[in-house]
Amino acid sequence: MSSRRSRSRQSEGGSRISDDQIADLVSKLQRLIPEIRNRRSDKVSASKVLQETCNYIRSLHREVDDLSERLSELLADSDSEQAAIIRSLLM
Amino acid sequence: MSSSSGPAAAAAAAAAADSHRKKRRKIEADDAEETSRGRKTAGAGVGETTWRSLPQQRLYYTRLVEALSRSRRSSSASSAEAQDAAAASASASASSPPSSGAGEVRGIADRVLATAAKGRSRWSRAILASRLRMSRLGKHHKKARAPTGRGPLKKKPPPQPALEGGARKRRLPAVERRVKVLGRLVPGCRGISMSSVLEETSDYIAALEMQVRAMTVLTQLLSGAQQQLPPTTTTTTSGGQIGSGSGSGSG
Repeated sequence: MSSRRSRSRQSEGGSRISDDQIADLVSKLQRLIPEIRNRRSDKVSASKVLQETCNYIRSLHREVDDLSERLSELLADSDSEQAAIIRSLLM
Repeated sequence: MSSSSGPAAAAAAAAAADSHRKKRRKIEADDAEETSRGRKTAGAGVGETTWRSLPQQRLYYTRLVEALSRSRRSSSASSAEAQDAAAASASASASSPPSSGAGEVRGIADRVLATAAKGRSRWSRAILASRLRMSRLGKHHKKARAPTGRGPLKKKPPPQPALEGGARKRRLPAVERRVKVLGRLVPGCRGISMSSVLEETSDYIAALEMQVRAMTVLTQLLSGAQQQLPPTTTTTTSGGQIGSGSGSGSG
């Protein structure tokens, strides 16, 4: 695990999570989100990053659902011989 | 390898194919081992899986195709007939629920994804655990008892400073709230510390992107082949789309 900077200044009820650590993780997320990454501004607030992250995850889920639906249709299609040939070669 | 004549080369090829198959089975067995081992070494590094590497992508793609073909073979003709019947009745009746095929494919894709994580991340363990529970208790039981953090995390509300002491500013409730929402989106991340949620999230996002890439390639391959393949040829597949440009060496 990456080095945990346990800088607990005021230990709040046992949690040693420092604000810096949170900020680090948020900036790491920021680099992953295409929305924010393409805007090239360093001054995105943490709240905005998190919001975009939620939206991004939801859109990814939707994409996976759509792809699953198309795949299930394609795989179930036993009519065309082409599809059967492709499937037998592929699988 | 010395240059060998026909039969010897064929034997060598057969042996290579055999060892390849054995290797694949060994990989699957290893994965099963590692996943169970991974549970013990929980927290051994969420950030260690490189979801963006090409080998990882290819591995996931291969396993996904295998799993899908296995489920097709096992469901076989009976479910195909059921789907045809459903499709026929669906065209007659306006409102009909979507075929369960999509949910099945999604489940398979998620399971293969979670397995690829080798137990290193909380979300992957949660996916596998909830599927296990669902299969045992029947499909009516949703993930009610999702495995929240057992180890050092006690069941306490998210960290709120009792006193805004000294130079320490209070963690903004907006950020806290959003992290909570995020924790609900990522499997198995409810009620864990903020930093854990954020770690799991970056790993989860990378994994999801890889899943989307692999499924997109597979979909394009299957749908493209259906349109383009002429009816009377036995050409090889348009397999050049697999992977990003590098020779996949199929066939």
